[in-house]
Amino acid sequence: MGQETTNLETNIQNEKQVPISPKPNKRPKRKRVGADIDNRMGYLFISPFIIGTVILTLFPILYSLYLSFTDFNLIGTPEWAGLDNYKKMFTGGDMLFEKSLGVTFFYAGIGVPARLVFALLVAMALNKVIEAAGVYRTLLYLPSIVGGSIGVSIMWRQLFGTDGALNSLLTMMGLPTHSWLGDPDTAIWTLIVLYGWQFGSSMLIFLAGLRNIPKTFYEASSVDGARPIQQFFKITLPMLTPVILFNTVMQTIQGFMAFTPSFIITNGGPMNSTLLYILYMYQNAFEYFKMGYGSALAWFMLLIIALFTALIFKSSEYWVHYEDN
Amino acid sequence: MNTKQKKLTKKVVQHVLLSLFTLIMLYPLLWMVGSSFKESSEVFVKAYQLFPDEWKFSNYSEGWRGFAGISFSTFYKNTFIIVILATVGSILSSTVIAYGFARINFRFKKMWFAIMMGTMMLPFEMTMIPQYVMFNYFGWVDTYLPLVLPTFFGVPFFIFLILQFMRTIPKELDQAARIDGCNTVSIFTRIIVPLVVPAMMTSAIFSFYWRWDDFMAPLLYLQTPTKYPVSLALKLFSDPEAVTNWGAMFAMTTLSLLPIMIIFFIFQRYIVDGISTSGLKG
Repeated sequence: MGQETTNLETNIQNEKQVPISPKPNKRPKRKRVGADIDNRMGYLFISPFIIGTVILTLFPILYSLYLSFTDFNLIGTPEWAGLDNYKKMFTGGDMLFEKSLGVTFFYAGIGVPARLVFALLVAMALNKVIEAAGVYRTLLYLPSIVGGSIGVSIMWRQLFGTDGALNSLLTMMGLPTHSWLGDPDTAIWTLIVLYGWQFGSSMLIFLAGLRNIPKTFYEASSVDGARPIQQFFKITLPMLTPVILFNTVMQTIQGFMAFTPSFIITNGGPMNSTLLYILYMYQNAFEYFKMGYGSALAWFMLLIIALFTALIFKSSEYWVHYEDN
Repeated sequence: MNTKQKKLTKKVVQHVLLSLFTLIMLYPLLWMVGSSFKESSEVFVKAYQLFPDEWKFSNYSEGWRGFAGISFSTFYKNTFIIVILATVGSILSSTVIAYGFARINFRFKKMWFAIMMGTMMLPFEMTMIPQYVMFNYFGWVDTYLPLVLPTFFGVPFFIFLILQFMRTIPKELDQAARIDGCNTVSIFTRIIVPLVVPAMMTSAIFSFYWRWDDFMAPLLYLQTPTKYPVSLALKLFSDPEAVTNWGAMFAMTTLSLLPIMIIFFIFQRYIVDGISTSGLKG
């Protein structure tokens, strides 16, 4: 009681110019809010993050924007080149840039939806099984745990090699073999399969999402005579859309950033059919030391990622279902 | 009786299909492990065969010798140094930063939080060129500094994970501790840190397996082979033009995956919870 009256008094004193409101006791209690704010401690605790962001993210990102307008080659000083790097990219001066962009869109365009659909189907199958679901879940998540590593890429190269396990299996079954990695039409598919194979973390997220759907929804619709396929499209899919949205954004970015598989398995070949964008950027910056051109490539990819993320979020208004509305 | 039988049949079919599917998914890994015990000449002759006719354990000791006179002991030692330093750095800094966001009110907190979520979406590949130019200028190329030092400024994914966990701790605990004479710092060290150990564990496990797998950063920064971690060494060791001992190559490839598999099987609960609750990458 005592505190309230002092607050009231200070409020009135502080705002002499303002006409006194008919309900002065509804004003914010400044004293209390003020006591909670601790700028010194707050900034002390997050200072590593601020320093790190400025030095390791903000400065580099701006510096690379500057570099993208130069012909910097790591030796000497960057020479201003104006729009030369961007002109080279967009006026047909660099066929490999166009090629790598096309390869990357193909790779992510098929790999990301394939991985998500696959993850959803497996999650639904696991959600039905009661016994030993944990064992399947663990084993099916294993490819994702090891999939990004160099070891698996090396193994993949041998698996699809001319005398690898796949061809060996085909021969055994009396089917024709194929040079999977040597044929420009099939090489990219071996990378897409590797991408799809690592569906584990999306599967876990979908599984958690499925478990959150109230069982009563299904029971009620069964009483009304809904068939499983109708339940899938009317209950399961709409309820999962928030999870799907988040997965799509993260997986799309990850798809665009793929590097290790093409670097190890095919090194961009044959005939640049697996030249993923980041690999091409890496070659420019760290094999030919064209830091300026590499930076221009990085900035263009950054814009693509931003655009795709914005598009996915924007489109979500039409297809993502939130429970409260 | 009939419905009971039907149910049982359905269950058996379900399990048979799922086991078959799991086996197909794990086939590449099983093939790799199997090949690591095969005679080099046998690896590609009967490639379809999962298990060798004769188990050749010496592939491992032959592979361990490495290349250019540097054995895999050196590469594993290097990997452990990088992984441990980077993990300690990311967990310590991320916990401190998460506490700032979770428990202290300060000006522009919302803005900083938004920036943090933004940097979480920003891939490393987008800043690697300017970062390289910068670290090259500092003279840090061919040292572990570019691989380890950045982790001491917090990893957004871990900050987020630990932060979410801190939010579940009742604020009354802080208030009680404050009445007992704790200040903001001692509340953090005495009350909060002991309670967020599970989230720190989850982060540490993720950190371990990301750093173990990390290939891009060592590829950019390390030049002297004696400083290579396992991932980079394996790339040279498996160069298709240079390899003659395929059994040994498969042995070292298998061995490089073993630590992450062991960590996964022991701590999978933390990983699964981390992915499921945060809904983020893995």
